[in-house]
Amino acid sequence: MNHIISIRDLERTDIDCLLDKAALIHANCYDENSLKGKILALLFFEPSTRTRMSFDAAMARLGGTSIGVDSVEASSVAKGETLADTIRVVSGYADAIVLRHPKEGAARLASEFSSVPIINAGDGAGQHPSQTLLDLYTIRQSMPLEGIKVGLLGDLRYGRTAHSLAYALSLYHATLYTLSPKGLELPCAITEELTEGGTAIIEHDDVSTIIRDLDVLYVTRIQRERFPDSASYFRVASSYRITPELLSGVKERLIVLHPLPRLDEIDPRVDLLPHARYFEQSRNGIPVRMAMLQKVIS
Amino acid sequence: MIDHITGGEALNVLKIIGITGFTTESISVATNVKSSKMGRKDIVKIENRELRKEEVDRIALIAPHATISIIRNFEVYEKKGVEIPRYLIGVVRCPNPGCISNTNEPVPSQFEVSQKGLHCLYCDWMITNDIKNYIL
Repeated sequence: MNHIISIRDLERTDIDCLLDKAALIHANCYDENSLKGKILALLFFEPSTRTRMSFDAAMARLGGTSIGVDSVEASSVAKGETLADTIRVVSGYADAIVLRHPKEGAARLASEFSSVPIINAGDGAGQHPSQTLLDLYTIRQSMPLEGIKVGLLGDLRYGRTAHSLAYALSLYHATLYTLSPKGLELPCAITEELTEGGTAIIEHDDVSTIIRDLDVLYVTRIQRERFPDSASYFRVASSYRITPELLSGVKERLIVLHPLPRLDEIDPRVDLLPHARYFEQSRNGIPVRMAMLQKVIS
Repeated sequence: MIDHITGGEALNVLKIIGITGFTTESISVATNVKSSKMGRKDIVKIENRELRKEEVDRIALIAPHATISIIRNFEVYEKKGVEIPRYLIGVVRCPNPGCISNTNEPVPSQFEVSQKGLHCLYCDWMITNDIKNYIL
């Protein structure tokens, strides 16, 4: 069955194929009734705005319909039902399931109990493959993916989007520059695995020293709840703030991405610069998720 | 009889196979016995007990050089080594508190064994050290 659980399950050719398909959809080359009569179940046991709405919109644009729950409180999970039982029931109602869940490995477990394809829309600090695909798609709109230099900045320990993206970029021989507050570094297991696979990972603590070398700066939210008090948070967050001044003298083709929502990591004045691509990145969720839905359902 | 147990691990082997102070088997334990191959080793002998595969898999994790001999009428009836299988199902607990396998879901833990350690097939965590602390 065509589950999409982790970016690590995909070969480079699979990713390229999905991105090519998304590009065609983006150019309006798609059948708007290709999923007519099909039903997508959206099971979101954690808050989501962009991912949920864009899957919903993607399904509608392909002629299908969506059903789902938006919170644990609104589902039988609140009565103590296991995820396994929920999936067994819902897979009888829909042609595919998009799942977001706070526990790592939830989508993998769901795939063991589902009779329809599962798309992982984020499992705890684990994987978020649809976000990674739209990140890659947005980069590819500006430059080829092969051999690029990418700065990963922010909470790299708990940020699932950074984990997934690091694995995906390793398939394209990217050089990764990691910048994160102490204690929020990329997990050693990921660093070791990627390094052993031949990916160059260079750790830095000052973005200003490397930003002129970068092709892509991928910024993630520094989560306030990871710090003991507000003062510690603001001290760290201010040192990881992207401003127009910081971006002066960078490569012309440098793009700044962020999976959103952002807090203080990016100065709103950056929005007006040609380097800012995070809103476009968010919009790219539609063609990319349409391509994913076509792949798993049809 | 379980021979060539890593020195000092005999009591952990007994724990793995469910031998407690309340069991009735006759048991002999020798620890830190001199060994030409291992330097020192432990030996456990249990009467009237044959081991299940899951128990052997667990023993292999803490005593990878162990040999298991079945003795009948004072003669070695069968002798075999232990081998860590490629996949460990329901043998080890995932140390990641956020892993779905540590919830009330109706699934056993699942790990793939590699040279680097044990890889959780649900959350991708790796156990590289102190594996015995996570044996179920």
